[in-house]
Order: sequence, then C-alpha cells, then structure tokens
Amino acid sequence: MSDSTLRIVWIYPDLLSTYGDRGNLLILARRAAMRGIPVETYSVRSDQPMPSTADIYLIGGGEDGPQALAAQRLINDGGLHRAVNQGAAVLAICAGYQLFGHSFFAKGAKCPGLGLLDLHSDRGETRAVGELRGDIDPRLGLPPLSGFENHGGRTHLGPGVAPLARVTAGIGNDSQTEGAWHGKILGTYSHGPALARNPAIADLLLRWAIGADSLSPVDDTWSERLRAERLAAAGA
Amino acid sequence: MFSTERLISMPRVERRGGGLKADTRQLDVTSRSGTLVAVTDGKLPLRAKVATSVSKTAAALSRAAGRGDGSVIGGWIGLKIDPDLLGHLAAGRAIALVSGTNGKTTTTRLAAAALGVLGPVATNSFGANMPTGHTSALAKAGTTPFAVLEVDEHYLARVIDETQPRVVALLNLSRDQLDRAKEVAMMAQMWRTALAGHPDVSVVANADDPLVVWAARGSSRVTWFSAGQRWMDDSWVCPESGDPIERANGDWWCTGCPLRRPKAQWRVEDDGVMDPRGDWHLVKLQLPGTVNLGNAATALAVAAEFGVRPIEALPRLSTVTSIAGRYAQVDRDGRNIRLLLAKNPASWLEAFDMAEHAPTLLSINARDPDGFDTSWLYDVDFSPLHDRPVLITGDRAYDLAVRLEVNGIPFRHVTSFEEVIRSVPPGRLEVIANYTAFQDIRAELDRVN
Repeated sequence: MSDSTLRIVWIYPDLLSTYGDRGNLLILARRAAMRGIPVETYSVRSDQPMPSTADIYLIGGGEDGPQALAAQRLINDGGLHRAVNQGAAVLAICAGYQLFGHSFFAKGAKCPGLGLLDLHSDRGETRAVGELRGDIDPRLGLPPLSGFENHGGRTHLGPGVAPLARVTAGIGNDSQTEGAWHGKILGTYSHGPALARNPAIADLLLRWAIGADSLSPVDDTWSERLRAERLAAAGA
Repeated sequence: MFSTERLISMPRVERRGGGLKADTRQLDVTSRSGTLVAVTDGKLPLRAKVATSVSKTAAALSRAAGRGDGSVIGGWIGLKIDPDLLGHLAAGRAIALVSGTNGKTTTTRLAAAALGVLGPVATNSFGANMPTGHTSALAKAGTTPFAVLEVDEHYLARVIDETQPRVVALLNLSRDQLDRAKEVAMMAQMWRTALAGHPDVSVVANADDPLVVWAARGSSRVTWFSAGQRWMDDSWVCPESGDPIERANGDWWCTGCPLRRPKAQWRVEDDGVMDPRGDWHLVKLQLPGTVNLGNAATALAVAAEFGVRPIEALPRLSTVTSIAGRYAQVDRDGRNIRLLLAKNPASWLEAFDMAEHAPTLLSINARDPDGFDTSWLYDVDFSPLHDRPVLITGDRAYDLAVRLEVNGIPFRHVTSFEEVIRSVPPGRLEVIANYTAFQDIRAELDRVN
C-alpha cells in the first residue's frame, strides 16, 4: 500500500457477479475495518479502465457470455496484469478463476485467458454442483476449505501453479484437486460466498496486502458454527 | 391495443382448424392428431375422461391424507394416463398464461379475478405452476370458458404449445435458485423462440425489464406495461449485443445496439394505473406494497385483451386477499403474525417494502425447491431491518447469521415457534421466508389462506 489505506477492487460486477460475489467484497472490507485498517472499495465496471494500484482484486462468477467479454476486456486493458506484477493480491472465483489461466471454454469456443495462473479449463461431462471440501496446501497454514460449487467446467493445473486444496468431498478442478494458488493469487470454485465460509482466507489476503504476519483476532463464533455445519454436510 | 369495441359476451376461441359455434357448450374442436374432439361435459375423449376423473380422485385423496394441497399429484396421475390431457382440457377455453420470476401467483390471482367479469375462470393456485398443476387445475374446474394459469418460467414454451393461449404475460426475469435455474439469458431466448413460433398469441410484457423486452420481441403483438423495476443486477448486459445497458430516470437503453425501453401502454402512477387511452384509475387493493400495484396493472392489461374494461375489473381486484398464504395474517397468542414470501433477491427487496417496522422473523432453507446455494443472501441488503428486533431460524440460519453480522444487523437465533412467540411482545410479527421455509411456517400455522 502506498499509504495506510487498503484499496480493494471488485472487477466488472456488471459481468461477473451471478453468485453473491458481492459478499466477498463486503467481508474483506469489514474484516479490515474491524482491525482498524482504513478501506476503500472500488467496483470497476467493464466499460471503465482498470486501476493498477489497488491492493486486493476480487473477480467473481458468471455466465459464459459475460465471462468471455470480461476476459477480452481485461486482456485489452492491461491494468490487472500491471497490478499483479506490482504485487497485488487476488481472489478469483469460478468463472473469474478460469479466466486467470491460459484458456477456458465459453459458448462452445476456446477463449484466451489472462495467463496469470498456469492452468487451463474446459467443459466437464457433468455439472459439478454441491458441497465442496478440501485440505488446503499446508504452506498456506489454513483450516479446511469449505464451499458450494456450481460449474460445468474442469480445470487442469500446470507445473507453474500449486493446487489450493486436495479434494475430500465434491469435485473442484478434477475430483482430485481444487483451486490454485501462485504468489498472491488464489483461485477457487467455492461459492458460499468463499470468504463467508472461509474467513481465514480473507485474513490471509489482508495479511498479504498489508504485509503483516498476523492480525488481531475477531469474534468468528457464527462463522465457526457455519463452517462446522457445512463441513459436516459435505461429508454426507 | 385496448379497444372499446371489444366488449365480448361470448368467448372468442380459435383452435387448430376447428369450427366456431355460438353456444359455448357445443364447441367442436380438432385435436392435434386430427380427430374431432368435442369439449363439453361428457364429450371428452374416453382416455381424457378417465384421466380427469382419476386425477380428481387422487387430488382429493392427497388432501384428505394431509399430504399437500393435492394440486399437483392429481395432474401427475392424469398425465400418466393421457399425456395429451392438458391439451384436451385446455381446448375450448380462452386462456391467459402468466410467467416470470416474481409475482406470478399474485398476478394470476388478480387476472383471474378481473376476467371473472366475463364468466367462470379456471385457475391454478398454491403455486402449482408446472404442467401437472395446470392439468389438475383444469380438471378440477370442469368446463369453464376462461382460464388464467400461472406458469413456471422453465415450462412456458411447452405450456404455450399445449394450451394454445390467447395471451401470455411476461412479468420479469431475474436470478432465482442459482444452482438450478438455467442462466437467465437462456430463459429469455427460450421465451423469444416460443413466441416466434406462435404468432397468434398476444403478449403483455414488462417494459422496464430488458430481458423481458428482448424476449417479447419474438412476438409482433405486444402490449407493454410499466411498474418500475427495482432489482437491476441481471439486466446490465444487453442480451442482443452483449454491450452494457445504461439506465436513467426510469428509462434504459443498450449502449451498442437499438434495444431500448419501449413506451408502456399501461403504467403505474401514484396509487393507480394509467390505461392506454390516457385514463387514470385509482387501484384499491387488499395486498400491500407498490409491487402489487404493478401486478394489478398487468392484470388489467391481460383482462383488456379479453375485452374487460378497467372500470369493470377494478372492483374485482379489490376482492383479492391472501394468496396461497402469502400476506396472510394469523393471530396466535396475542401476536398478529404476517407471512411474506421472498424467494430471491428481487422479492426480498419488495418484502422489506411491504413489512412494517415490527419484530421480524427471517427463515431460510436451501432444500431442492429453494436452490441449494445460499450465496444470494449477499445480494440482499438487510439494512432496512436495522431498527427492529430480528429473529432468525430455518435450515440455513447460520448462513443468514453470518450475512446479518456482515450487514451489521443484530439478531437472535431461535429454533422453535414457541421460542419465537416468547421472544416478541404482543402485536405484529412480520415473517419473511423463502420457499420451503415459508411452507414450513404455513404448516405450523395450519395452512393459512
């Protein structure tokens, strides 16, 4: 951050916010505010230039047409690439996650992605819908991933990216792994929204953004109850 | 276009090559297979007659056993015996179909009331809005000259094919049941294609909803209504060109192609409706909220297609009260409990508009009919509730708890109705719930209607 204000950008909510993705922005902003970190949030519409100096970027889920449009605009704009090169943190969900890779499928055609994660996505034979659970890469030091997945695509990871989690219930990328991470970019198929189910991931993004090893604790009683219920439901 | 000349005393029915007779009780119609099918009492083809009577029995048994309203099971059995039953039962009636994400049940009830000026109207209630429900409703009603049917938006194309309606009303298209519904753009496409295949059907459609406007353009016989549209998230991308849609001052237009808001013939203004002739009518309803003024405008537009003038329809609209338990009020232990159904973000917004500043119980489930994904909770702004006691319950109370925490709304989690009653003072209790949670509470309050 250039000053003490944390800047969070929500990328193209007019195209990619079909699944309550606003929640991730609200939760991140609230958890920062609870730690006394001043926050500014920016919803950048698809016909506006993408700022490259924000600290955290969120991109959500959506339908094929808007996904393809979003990828095209982000590639042409270049602001998100610059932001990532300058060390911004990213949480990419579902369609947003897919377009971070080399390519993805939309409306029956292979479309170029941003190439910021070493992966590509295509269509699965069946739709993956239901509770998702996984053991997150131990290097991230996070409790199990909990989410609700709803996607027709499958994602194949290359050597340049690590899985976010090993699947213990549900499908995720390919029934074995779920999501991906590299540097300060996290991608996942988890809805719920993701940060409502996984406040520890929200705190990780905040720590990355402000360069801190730890944050003051907050009362997560209700989140913990929700997680316990949802993790148990995933096993069923 | 609304015309004073269309004062019909007999239903005008055109069927697939069938003849028209003056007496509605002696209509001969030609079925899809080409055989002459007379639709009068005792004149249904044998298969359809058997199917109809079995259907009625099954429905009665289902109700007697306490297993639901019986409004769907009868039709299911009937259709198993005669798959063309819906078409047979529909033949000989002038029909209006009502579809969209929100407001179908209420608009159907209002339109059926308005059409009642002309004669008996068959209709489906209790939200049984798929072909099995339609079949049950028509079988149960016996021979009527008219029918107004609420139709689930996924089934509209099929029901248009099978019932050959005179009018189709398209209310809105928004996100519902994230993990089950087809993408909203695909739904609009289905509607558009269906209407293009039925050029004889008249359409009554919402000018404020870009997806509906685009879909309605499949027809060349459209009458537009406007009630304003508050929920806007699904309509930001143009379904025709993919460009952003701009909005200002109640108007909207695509920034990249000619799609834009058409001029509305029927408009909500203040607490009434302006008709196509420019006459304004005060609308007095027993249903709360401005959204129901919009539903009333739609009902008036539908009734006008059958020749019913607003001045005739309005007294009928005023008689409509509780609809399948929605807006129902129940008194229990000194609490006046009002039930509001909210299935998706758009209708939650409307529910807050209708609710009084009283203690409020929110109940959320995520069973199959509700959709399993509760992410939509974050597309609802709960801040209108900040100034009243809030209780939460339902299968997914914890998802709601986290959402309310993020929204800064204090709440109390309760797990039984007794606890609810103990937690609120005598007086009004507003209950807002999504689909199956609403049914659970209705059952608890003994099927209020």
